[in-house]
Amino acid sequence: MASEQPTYEELIKGLWRENPVFIQLLGLCPALAVTNSAINALAMGAATTFVLVGSSLLVSSLRSLIPKQVRITTFIIVIATFVTVADFTLQALAPVVHKELGAFIALIVVNCLILGRQEAFASRHSQRPALADALGMSLGFSFALFLLGAIREILGSGSLFGVSLFGPDFEPWVIMILPPGGFITLGLLLGVFAWFKEHRERASQQAALDTGERRAA
Amino acid sequence: MWSVVASLAPVVGASIWFFGPSALLVLIASCAGAICTERGIAGTRALRDGSGTITGLLLGLTLPPGIPLWMAFLGGAFGMAFGKLVFGGLGQNVFNPALLGRAFLQAAFPVALTTWPASASSWWSLRGDNFALPLMSPQVPDALTGATPLGLFKFEGQGTDLGSLLVGSTGGSLGETCGLIILLGGAYLALRGHLNWRIPASIFASVALLAGLLHLIDAEQYPGPVFMLFSGGLMLGAVYMATDMVTSPVSGLGCWVFGAGIGALVVIIRIWGGLPEGVMYSILLMNALVPFINRVTQPRVFGTNLGSSAS
Repeated sequence: MASEQPTYEELIKGLWRENPVFIQLLGLCPALAVTNSAINALAMGAATTFVLVGSSLLVSSLRSLIPKQVRITTFIIVIATFVTVADFTLQALAPVVHKELGAFIALIVVNCLILGRQEAFASRHSQRPALADALGMSLGFSFALFLLGAIREILGSGSLFGVSLFGPDFEPWVIMILPPGGFITLGLLLGVFAWFKEHRERASQQAALDTGERRAA
Repeated sequence: MWSVVASLAPVVGASIWFFGPSALLVLIASCAGAICTERGIAGTRALRDGSGTITGLLLGLTLPPGIPLWMAFLGGAFGMAFGKLVFGGLGQNVFNPALLGRAFLQAAFPVALTTWPASASSWWSLRGDNFALPLMSPQVPDALTGATPLGLFKFEGQGTDLGSLLVGSTGGSLGETCGLIILLGGAYLALRGHLNWRIPASIFASVALLAGLLHLIDAEQYPGPVFMLFSGGLMLGAVYMATDMVTSPVSGLGCWVFGAGIGALVVIIRIWGGLPEGVMYSILLMNALVPFINRVTQPRVFGTNLGSSAS
């Protein structure tokens, strides 16, 4: 089985090469909806990390017991359990952030990233790679959300984590706090990532060509 | 495209006449934003057709004279990058780049975009805090702000006399005050064949018709058609923005539908909407419908469909 693959590889692929938001375009609803400030984005990232890691571990442990016909239902029940725990914990620890995030905490249940990882990875691998995959994916997700949230908060409120950056005279870009700002920022970041990927692929192709030519010569 | 720039010269001149050095500065800033962005992303070649200059000028003409220059620059850069270049450059864009830049500025800085200067003490004085530092808000004393004719009508129920509307000695954005000069520029372009006269004609007709009907029903509540035609950005929008060749329909019938839709939306937004002015949103909304209008009004190709007419 693929568990022979190095665990390290499973961990880092989610950060960049298979980043859930920028490359796989999964989980875009929370990525657009709750990233109007860096702290909200990080809270969402943390809650998603908890749910994804917990349910991946559980699904991976139970994978031989889950009948194939009802696996999606089982995944959803497992995820929903962890979401409920995350919901109550956040409500107890950070009621202000919980209120800001509103329904989107409960909506982690239907986050396609989490269900996708259960179906594509956790239900087919042992705990160790499943844990590494879940950690990598959720860190990549949190990183993407933080990037979006930071850009939108800096331009939309002139602050980062609530700390004012430009002084009281800053003119906030109201649009960046609103939904269009989320779409514009996400589109720009997707463009940057696609450009970067293309650039690197072209560079590696060029390098392969060069070595080929050298060998031929 | 440079002849469009030439036909805008009188409008630019009028805006400088009415709003002083502020107008010139804002126009330079918005043009610089559009041109620098086009130069930076698409290269010098893209500048030769003059469409970047038109985008910058048209955007500048829709801005209030007191706007900080960095906002005008940002609007030009945003309109050029997101309105035109991301679609693949000239001829590919769905929305009018100048209006997209303005829509962005309106959504990002609603206060600065609706602060109109009161009549200035002298021609040389700035009409607002043009030189606010980048990212900083302008400092405008309340005593220096005025209102546009549409704002006066909508929020204070106060009319403006026709003479000053025609000549343009009212408050408002740079290029939206002088209706007569814009009409002259439009007539020149229509005669040269640079714009499709059907679009402004249908916009004027539908606005006049709808506003006239409403005015007949209740003259107290609804303004007359002439006021509707010559106030706000309707003239500038109808003559220079709706007629953008890239973002308007291809067929003659399509142009009539397009213009009538814009006119109807303008009247609806102005009278029942929350905003005093709706030309920008009307044109952008109808821009989005242009592909469908083109498909519906596609003329029959010669020599086809003969069988159906025979049977």
